[in-house]
Amino acid sequence: MTVVDLALLALAAGFLAALARVIAGPSVADRAVAADVCFYAVVAALALLSVRLEAPALLDAVLIATMLGFVATISLARLVRRKK
Amino acid sequence: MTAVAYAFVVTGVTLMALSGLGVLRLPDVLARLQAGTKAASLGLACVFAGAALLEPSVSAVVKLALSMLFVFATAPVAGHVIGRAAYEAGVPLWADTWADEALIEMDEDAGAAGSTGAAGNGDAAASGGANGGGGGTS
Repeated sequence: MTVVDLALLALAAGFLAALARVIAGPSVADRAVAADVCFYAVVAALALLSVRLEAPALLDAVLIATMLGFVATISLARLVRRKK
Repeated sequence: MTAVAYAFVVTGVTLMALSGLGVLRLPDVLARLQAGTKAASLGLACVFAGAALLEPSVSAVVKLALSMLFVFATAPVAGHVIGRAAYEAGVPLWADTWADEALIEMDEDAGAAGSTGAAGNGDAAASGGANGGGGGTS
């Protein structure tokens, strides 16, 4: 199981890099893109955690998150468009 | 089987980490969008495939396959919408950008729909009428 642990650490590294762009991003679009990447990292971590913790209920969370994250991104894009 | 699953997981996680690095390091919103959309969706799909191979029950495989389908269907749309909104909002491009082919079309768009709300801009460029009073003159 150490491979999954190392994979979770790499996901955390990617999440932190994208989070730095969320904090530092000069425009709203930068923050939207970086928040999207952060969200994908969290979803991937959920899928790996369901294997690591042997908790198959987390896969329901993965399914719902992939459906709802699209709506969040679209609403962020509307916010970007309004900041004209 | 387990080795293949670990290979999928490692590939996907590497792609996700590189996607985060690209979002942090690339110079432009549109360039960051490349890393944030394509690499992240492919990495997520690889991670899902690895997780489905590591836990091969029917419900897990079905849920992960549905999630992968949703990601592949929605991530390009989301990236396109964010990129278009950012371009229309006039985010500063990279200083070394050497092709900006949508600029002329966008200018015509802004000129034609400047008085109205500029809401529907899909067909405004296709009609091309600058200031016609009616709707479908051409």
